[in-house]
Amino acid sequence: MTLNQDFRKGFWRENAVFRLLLGLCPALAVTTSAENGLGMGLATTFVLVCSNIVVSSLRKVIPAKVRIPSFIVIIASFVTVVQLCMEAYVYDLYKALGIFIPLIVVNCLILGRAEAFASKNRLLPAVADGMGMGLGFTLALFVLGAVRELFGSGTLLGYAVFGSSYQPLLLMILPPGAFIAMGLLLAGMNLLDARQR
Amino acid sequence: MSQQLYLSSSPHIHSGETTAKVMRAVIYSLLPACGVAVYFFGPSALSVLLIATLGCLATEVVCQRLMGQPVTIADGSAAITGILLALNLPPSSPWWMTLFGAVVAIAIGKQVYGGLGSNPFNPALVARVVLLISFPVQMTTWSAPAPFGSGLDLVTTATPLGEWKNAVMLTGQMPAEMQGSMMNYFLGNMPGSIGEISALALLLGAAYLFYRRILTWHIPTAFIGTVILLSGLFWLINPEKYPNPVFHMVTGGLILGAFFMATDMVTTPVSTRGMLLFGVGCGLLTVLIRLFGGYPEGVSFAILLMNAATPLIDRYTRPKTFGTLQQEKVQ
Repeated sequence: MTLNQDFRKGFWRENAVFRLLLGLCPALAVTTSAENGLGMGLATTFVLVCSNIVVSSLRKVIPAKVRIPSFIVIIASFVTVVQLCMEAYVYDLYKALGIFIPLIVVNCLILGRAEAFASKNRLLPAVADGMGMGLGFTLALFVLGAVRELFGSGTLLGYAVFGSSYQPLLLMILPPGAFIAMGLLLAGMNLLDARQR
Repeated sequence: MSQQLYLSSSPHIHSGETTAKVMRAVIYSLLPACGVAVYFFGPSALSVLLIATLGCLATEVVCQRLMGQPVTIADGSAAITGILLALNLPPSSPWWMTLFGAVVAIAIGKQVYGGLGSNPFNPALVARVVLLISFPVQMTTWSAPAPFGSGLDLVTTATPLGEWKNAVMLTGQMPAEMQGSMMNYFLGNMPGSIGEISALALLLGAAYLFYRRILTWHIPTAFIGTVILLSGLFWLINPEKYPNPVFHMVTGGLILGAFFMATDMVTTPVSTRGMLLFGVGCGLLTVLIRLFGGYPEGVSFAILLMNAATPLIDRYTRPKTFGTLQQEKVQ
């Protein structure tokens, strides 16, 4: 695996949300708009890259028996940093994402990459993996948020897309809409994959 | 040697009943309710019925073509979904909402699960609830009936159940004038969704299905019986506030739901014990939602929730296999 491959696999082939089905809680809960999806994705990416760096650097120091608690402590530290920064600089987004920012700690994508990749690889591949996986996660959340916002409120990133006669499909910004949109997007990806093969 | 030897496993005698025949009988049984709806609501009801049915048929064709499956609209199941959906909508439904509901019913309620026989939820009810959540204004704009020859246009008003819920939320008391007009409710002369208004027409259709032995008594009896018992209990406790059981029976979608949607063969338990359990569950949920929930009507939510419980019910009510001993006795 080259660095390039480590970076690129997160976007499609091993996409966190649509292929590994990891981190579904934030992916379903906060994607009521494209902006929320983007914010959540970037926050997660930051935590993921930082935690991958630390876990990879300390991989020979951390005893195997206590590795999971150690990973959680490392991840929680960076989540605290993100949370305080968001509260200071992007307060509206901070309020929109609410409880799901501290919950990044238990995002199984981050712990999964620490366990499956960063703790077994050198620093540079771990960074590439964290960037790719995080940006792939961001992309997935953005697309999911965009689809739900488009049909659920008739806007995209806050700008009205359809005419004023459009009746917003409220279901799409409610929880069932998240599952339906997610399922349909997954089906679409599977269809594209099947076509290519 | 024109005859071939035909080998097959049992059963060898076929009753001649096919999916298409059953579905056709259900369509016939719904015709009285459709007729009453068109009488009371006029062309608007007719157009909702047509749009929903044609929409469902078209969606079924498109889905099955896309998935490369044989097109099975001739079996009538999509048409029934369309009719049931229309019967669950208010007569003033805009055309785009009805059409969207039809697409949701077939595409998301049925075909994504693999088509007829594989859907866990009643497709028409899935669509109704999707529409109710998505377009609350259009879905709760009810019209007073304006029978043929009365010269009235449709007038917007509240359903009896909605009126009761509003009054109870505001004053804690039942409006006084609601007790009188039970006969009108029974015949269908009340505001409501297209199909739920006339208990009489629905019962006629249900009687035909009983006669054809397509319906068994278990689910409707358990469902309606539970509603009568539970609502009767509340009525006895406080008749000032809670409406009597007859009111619960003839207003809202109880008859339509109990006879035509809680009895859908695909989404309900197979054993008799399971069916009774299913009916009781539907009844409990309906009364609880009607009396204490946020929505005035709970039949569709109750049936969908019990649909979700159906695999579990089936599992716990599996009949004992003939000739086997129970596990403890073997050991």
